[in-house]
Amino acid sequence: MATRAIDWASIDADPRFQALHRKKVKFLGLLMGVSIAYYFLLPVGAAYFPELFRIRVFGVVNAGILFALSEFLVAWVVAALYTWRANREFDRLTEEINQLQMARSIQGRQL
Amino acid sequence: MHRGGIGLAASATLLFPCAAVAAAPSPAAVPEQHRWLSFAVFMAIIGLTLLVTYIAAKRVKTPSDFYTAGGGVSGLQNGWAIAGDYLSAASFLGISGLIALWGFDGFMYSVGWLVAYVSVLLVIAEPCRNIGKYTLSDILAYRNEPQKTRIVGALSVITVSTFYLVAQLVGAGVLVKTLIGIDYEISVMAVGALMLSYVIFGGMVATTWVQIIKAVLLVLVSIVMVVMVWSQYGFFGDFFANVVGDPKIQARVASLLGDAGKGMSPEALGQRFLEPGLLLKAPIDQISLGIALVFGTAGLPHILMRFFTVPTARAARISVVWAMAIIGGFYVLTLFLGLGAAMKVGAPLISEIDAGGNMAAPLLAQALGGGRDSLLGNFMLALVAAVAFATIVAVVAALVLAAASAIAHDIYVGVIKGGKASTEAQVLAGRLAAVAFGFLAVALGIAAKGQNVAHLVALAFAVAASANFPCILMTLFWRRCNTGGILAGMLVGTVTAIGLVLVSPNMIYPKAVKAAAQQTLDAAPAKLKSIDAALSSGDLVRIEAAKKARAALGKSVTRAREDLERYRHDETSIVGLEAPLFELRNPGLISVPLGFLAVILGSLLYRDPRALAMWDEVHVRQNTGMLIAGGGQAGKRD
Repeated sequence: MATRAIDWASIDADPRFQALHRKKVKFLGLLMGVSIAYYFLLPVGAAYFPELFRIRVFGVVNAGILFALSEFLVAWVVAALYTWRANREFDRLTEEINQLQMARSIQGRQL
Repeated sequence: MHRGGIGLAASATLLFPCAAVAAAPSPAAVPEQHRWLSFAVFMAIIGLTLLVTYIAAKRVKTPSDFYTAGGGVSGLQNGWAIAGDYLSAASFLGISGLIALWGFDGFMYSVGWLVAYVSVLLVIAEPCRNIGKYTLSDILAYRNEPQKTRIVGALSVITVSTFYLVAQLVGAGVLVKTLIGIDYEISVMAVGALMLSYVIFGGMVATTWVQIIKAVLLVLVSIVMVVMVWSQYGFFGDFFANVVGDPKIQARVASLLGDAGKGMSPEALGQRFLEPGLLLKAPIDQISLGIALVFGTAGLPHILMRFFTVPTARAARISVVWAMAIIGGFYVLTLFLGLGAAMKVGAPLISEIDAGGNMAAPLLAQALGGGRDSLLGNFMLALVAAVAFATIVAVVAALVLAAASAIAHDIYVGVIKGGKASTEAQVLAGRLAAVAFGFLAVALGIAAKGQNVAHLVALAFAVAASANFPCILMTLFWRRCNTGGILAGMLVGTVTAIGLVLVSPNMIYPKAVKAAAQQTLDAAPAKLKSIDAALSSGDLVRIEAAKKARAALGKSVTRAREDLERYRHDETSIVGLEAPLFELRNPGLISVPLGFLAVILGSLLYRDPRALAMWDEVHVRQNTGMLIAGGGQAGKRD
């Protein structure tokens, strides 16, 4: 019902929206690329470079175990980085765009 | 051949825990006199979930309550519920068993299940919350032709849910049978009745709370067990030193390595358990499976649906982060549970009760509590098993709800009624669809008795990754994506995923099975001769070993005879093949790129001005959450 009242094309073309979108795509692409690449290092490494996994780091604990545990750490760090930036920056920019839109539609009704 | 067989069974059970139990009847994990205890603990946990359902039932009045708990679930609650949806019996029983039997490879396996959530967090959770309402098809139908995309979307959801659900039902039936001793058919029907009562009476409200309760119980039980394991074997460094020095683990590695392990010192054998390569021997298969996991999770309908239960994109984000913390932490605990079971229980007993290792965690609980004949031990086993059971029931309930929403909301209301149905009619349609789908699933579960259903879970993930994921991603992020692309992507993704599994080594090839069985039978007389020689040797150690060997030989001969009998009239697999055409167990490596290609080609070849005209709206809404459905504002399109 309300969808027709909003001029989507003008928001899409708005420089503020464009800037938000560009930032998001860049950041998300980077995080996604890093985490996927890091993940596939594990099966590939275990299959083709098992000798690296066997290197003992301390006591009987070897590089393979630490590497597998680090996968969890990297996933968590990626999640934390994204949440931190989204909460701090993306949400604020989104809110600004939404506010602007609301102001516009109220104005439109008054005219 | 024999070792390959074990590896095969185990890697099949990776995705699905209880399949190996289905394959062979096993000795009872719980002594007869303690069965009442299992029964009591099961009843207590079931009672708790039914109480929740009763309370929830009063709150379910509108379709939004029924499908998405009215959008009133908080980020933290939804995080636990997602973890609940995901920490199925496969992760809890399956992965701890794999670690107990195969060491490092089992642990490595668990990693992909967590990494999958990175793609859910980054590209799926927030846009889906912003655009969708109840179902996957809501997202697809937004800018594409609603009738067509709703039908293909719903069909895909029903397909994925059916595969996953039947596999879980078979597993639950076997689990209950093993622990309480009631018939398989009755177990499956009981699980079906429970899952339907959660869904029909309590809708998403009850399903969410059952998931939360069960996830909290699962994590608590695991923490208690890990603390007990640590108190006995030490924390990090000491713990691993104990693993390497453990005679049971050394014996396990020696038996896995066979001739290659001769001449290795006990410490070297123990160390080998912490190194890769005992289980996973086909790297390309692992990579293919990784692709299906990492992209398939984001396309699983019951996971997607979870994002419609929270009010905002921000809450969706928070819920994934909580889920990742819980799921990841849980898998780290699983490492200690699995290795603890390998030391405390030992591989021979674990694989005797269930060849896939699925009973490792319950058996560890029994051992930690004081052993097979102790009351506390059997209470702990019953508790762990009951939590695992609650896990399966909660997951199947979520799947029924996802399928019911596809049938009722997409096909009945969306396509047949053209989006016009009263609130009451919509809820009634949802409930009826749940009943119909539930009965179908129970019937399929009973029909699948004794079958190896592991490939069904592989299929669910493969279809989700190859059809659902490319379609969702492209319609949200690619301007030129349109109806043609969605139809082509769904069709090609689903057909190639299913087709490749049908011709893969997952299926049973009677000719090869019979050849192997015949080989076992042919070799038996010679083996028996050498065993007899050892028995009459007078050397006590040799006699003891020979007795064990004779028992093992007896078992394998019986199994070989059964195989020959079962496949007497069969030469080829279900699709008429004598041998697999395609070597990968998981088709992700091929079918995911094909799914994407189909979306692209389909979109380019199809003219759909509306999809293009709607792009601005989709693009703005998925990024900003304007007019979010179910949440704060009343903006709705259908």
